[in-house]
Amino acid sequence: MTRKIYLTLLILFFAVLLPGSSHAADRLKLSSTTSTDNTGLLAYILPIFEEKTGIRVDVIAVGTGRALKLAENGDVDVTLVHAPAKERSFMFAGYGVNRRPVMANYFIIVGPGDDPAGIAGAGNAVEAFMMIREAQAPFISRGDESGTHTRELAIWKAADSNPGGARWYLETGKGMGESLAMADEKRGYTLSDQGSFLKYSDKVELAALFTGRSKLLYNPYSIIAVNPSRHPHVNYAGAIKLIEFMTSPEGQKLIGDFTDGSGNVLFEPLVIKIPSNAQ
Amino acid sequence: MEYLIGALTEALKLIISLDSEVLSIAFLSLKVAGTATLLAAIFGIPLAYTIATRDFPGRGAVLTFFNTLMALPTVLVGLLGYSFLSRKGPLGFLDLLFTPSGIIIGDLILAFPLIVALTVAAVSSVDERARITAMNLGASRLQVTLTVLMEARYALTAAVINGFGRVIAEVGSAMMLGGNIRGYTRTMTTAIALETSKGEFSLAMALGLLLLALALSINLLFRRFQRVSTQ
Repeated sequence: MTRKIYLTLLILFFAVLLPGSSHAADRLKLSSTTSTDNTGLLAYILPIFEEKTGIRVDVIAVGTGRALKLAENGDVDVTLVHAPAKERSFMFAGYGVNRRPVMANYFIIVGPGDDPAGIAGAGNAVEAFMMIREAQAPFISRGDESGTHTRELAIWKAADSNPGGARWYLETGKGMGESLAMADEKRGYTLSDQGSFLKYSDKVELAALFTGRSKLLYNPYSIIAVNPSRHPHVNYAGAIKLIEFMTSPEGQKLIGDFTDGSGNVLFEPLVIKIPSNAQ
Repeated sequence: MEYLIGALTEALKLIISLDSEVLSIAFLSLKVAGTATLLAAIFGIPLAYTIATRDFPGRGAVLTFFNTLMALPTVLVGLLGYSFLSRKGPLGFLDLLFTPSGIIIGDLILAFPLIVALTVAAVSSVDERARITAMNLGASRLQVTLTVLMEARYALTAAVINGFGRVIAEVGSAMMLGGNIRGYTRTMTTAIALETSKGEFSLAMALGLLLLALALSINLLFRRFQRVSTQ
């Protein structure tokens, strides 16, 4: 009697769960970074792709480190990330195929308007980081293996220093928005991608203190399909369609047209040059 | 403080405009938390009744086990769930990761021990005489069980409400197992976390107020149920 009841319950349990497992081929899972999602770029572009192809894109927005991990485990079909060094080892290990550059912007160093470390006068990003270290001014680090964190560590390395553990160096383990808010509260400095800062700048009193189009601050985004020979279940056809769209003249123009409220371009398309004075 | 005032106006705006995205998020939250609580109650209450009314070796250990699991951190449940539901995990073939069902599984793991532990306490506190009387009146085993559960209904309802409260409010497991996918697995709590990370504090707080309003209406429903069953 009791056994029968339990058996019925078990069947009921799976009856509830199974509908969710019907995986339609016209769904595509994209792991991406908070910088592309929180700025609204994906919400602006993807509906157009969905309308054109009938493929519904599910965005999972995390840091680049986790976005690549999800792709490595085959939990998503395609990934859009911004950490070239990590992407290269990802490709080298055979986890991804068809890596294509999509767009880029620049990292900027932001901090309190009065700039206690005086980095506004720095010659380059490495010098600016050294000045922050000299001044022992609070520095907010993402500390989360994201693309921005990876780049921040690369700049510290170029500055020949390892600030981990220092009192003025605060690792938040949080997203860009929260880290900017924390820098604002602590009157500290942080490295941010341009897009996130522009989107967030009306909420904080931070200023973009050091900007420059140098190689060390260059922030390119790539799209990578998960290797279908490693994960046969992935929606590879859908992934290729999305890669094609993002790198097509249409997709590239959409990226170039995407601005924040005050008309600033957040991401520059990389594949197709769009003249800035185009009428 | 200014955020709170902003949040109140924002919340009112959201309710009045019946924003379809917010509505579908609220509906998903209710569906997921409701299903998980229901399943946890269906499995948990019979188990708890057995634990409470039978004497068996290791009973204390089982109780301690469930009491300890009440303290399960939601992120740990998310992590464990991920390691099982990921394509690399043993249950990856079920394709449940980043689906509403994935969130339900996490919530079930969170609600189950809570409902079991609280139900054991509820049943144990029922006067032994109720059971004996029912048995002496010639009630069947099922009738005895129902009599005892009926006696314990207040504490039992509290157990279920607690389970529901825990899962509708949790964010760690829903974020990891659902993935906060817009229009698919975004729940009230993951939406609040997202808006917070975007710096939209007023909107985040407004969603929080809506969540509380939802919890309030569910609780009122349960109150009604408690009252009706006494008559």
